Amino acid sequence: MLCIRDLTKVFAPGTPNEHTALDHLDLSLAPGEFVTIIGSNGAGKSTLFSAIGGAFWADSGAIFLDGKNITYEPEHRRSAKIGRLFQDPMKGTAPHMTIEENLALSYSRSRRRGLRMAVSGRDRDFFRSALAEFGMGLEDRMDTKVGLLSGGQRQALTLLMSTIVPPKLLLLDEHTAALDPATAEKVMAITDSIVAKNHLTTMMITHNIQSALTSGSRTIMMDRGKIILDLSGVEREKMMVAGLMDLYSARQNQTLDNDRMLLV
Amino acid sequence: MTLVMGSLQLGLIYGMLAVGVYIAFRILGIPDLSAEGTFTFGLAVSAALTVAGHPLLGVLLGFPAGCLGGAVTGVLQTKLQIHPILAGILTMSGLYSVNLAVMGSSSNLSLVGLDTLFRMSFDLFSSMDKEIVKLLLPALFCLVLVVLLALFFKTHEGLCIRATGDNEEMVRASSINVDVIKILALSISNGCIGLSGAVLAQYQGFADISSGIGIVAVGLASVIIGEGLFGRRGVTWGLSATVAGSVIYRLMIALALKTNLFPAYFLKIVSAVIVAAALSVPAFKRMLIRRKIKREGLRHAVHP
Repeated sequence: MLCIRDLTKVFAPGTPNEHTALDHLDLSLAPGEFVTIIGSNGAGKSTLFSAIGGAFWADSGAIFLDGKNITYEPEHRRSAKIGRLFQDPMKGTAPHMTIEENLALSYSRSRRRGLRMAVSGRDRDFFRSALAEFGMGLEDRMDTKVGLLSGGQRQALTLLMSTIVPPKLLLLDEHTAALDPATAEKVMAITDSIVAKNHLTTMMITHNIQSALTSGSRTIMMDRGKIILDLSGVEREKMMVAGLMDLYSARQNQTLDNDRMLLV
Repeated sequence: MTLVMGSLQLGLIYGMLAVGVYIAFRILGIPDLSAEGTFTFGLAVSAALTVAGHPLLGVLLGFPAGCLGGAVTGVLQTKLQIHPILAGILTMSGLYSVNLAVMGSSSNLSLVGLDTLFRMSFDLFSSMDKEIVKLLLPALFCLVLVVLLALFFKTHEGLCIRATGDNEEMVRASSINVDVIKILALSISNGCIGLSGAVLAQYQGFADISSGIGIVAVGLASVIIGEGLFGRRGVTWGLSATVAGSVIYRLMIALALKTNLFPAYFLKIVSAVIVAAALSVPAFKRMLIRRKIKREGLRHAVHP
């Protein structure tokens, strides 16, 4: 589904702040594969997502999605095929618009609607039933301004918005990190069920090693713009949190920053 | 009575300007200064075509003329990535020359004795009082404009504009070209402003090259008065409140002039002061709250 070839991105080249965020990176994802990504700060995880999402062009290399070369496609066109969630729950929704209007906007990815009314009665029923599945009571608050929702509710809504028209690729950038543990768990459960239901090809960045190993079917570890570990199948099933930490230390010959990485 | 009547007439005409300012500043959230040029552009086009014998066409072309100016600002801002304020200033400076050209390189164009839209309406509705006609005509323009805009902002395209003003990132993530949306919104905004100028030319019977000076502050003052009196709710409410704000602004100005509170040339500074005062309310509130906290804190402080 997703195929990345020799992708390189250097920020501020030729200055003292030069930083190689992506270093000749190769990665392939099969359709429906759910990959979790771990790595310390500055490893290039988010840069990889931004490159795939189209926030900037990579210096060299190519990105293929569903067989199509999207390397130089503008961001807004890519986002028809790629859903993305950020750590900040404020980023994915428009606070002064209602739940219904937010959903209507993202639903328009399915077709251009021009001067037709933004929300039809049929859309409303569809949104309502989709929201009801979350069990958060949002389906009865369709006319509430999104700015009044809690972080968890907003993140769940953003999740629905990014997947209401199923994308070819879903990018989750620490999307539960800003939530309290109970809410994070709930949002993660919703994520798992949406991904499973739509067989979405998914990449998820997380600092939670536990959920990196329990969610999805493959785990990769990044460091300095490279993939330094790629676990799947039996090897991954046998992997324990401590084992993964040891592996990281061994490969990097340095201990993990325990402040950054949450053990459980 | 003439005071109220005149204020209503002018308030409704300038109400369309205020609606344009509302779209750019409040809905899209972009400080757009092109109004200074596009208002006069609509005015000049309207006057020039009236001289040529087509007053109705002149008024109707005021809207697309403004749209054109707004689109230029939009392209400068988005595709060429020029700062919004500077983009507006560039459009407005450029339009000064264009406006002079439209007005036949004269800074003043008189429509005295010519068939203006208002004069034609007087003939058409000869049984009605002229002042009433002068009120109903702008009211009609204003009503049609507000109704069409209110409907437009309920469509998908309108939703995109509102969302762009709220969270641009999210609009881009919904696979919508934000650049196109901004250009569209600025076109519509300046279209309203051009239309306002076009109707004004017909109403006052002349066009002047300096009509646009300070017009953004006038529009903003109307928006702020409307919000202050009627609150901030949905878009339809906001559009209507803005027109009402414009009428009230004209009433205030007329009263002040009538009571010789200040001479007519003080108008611009008055609108500037209104806008500055209204916009500084949150800062003053914060200052008062902080002062109170400090006072309380010092009173209860325990010295070690």
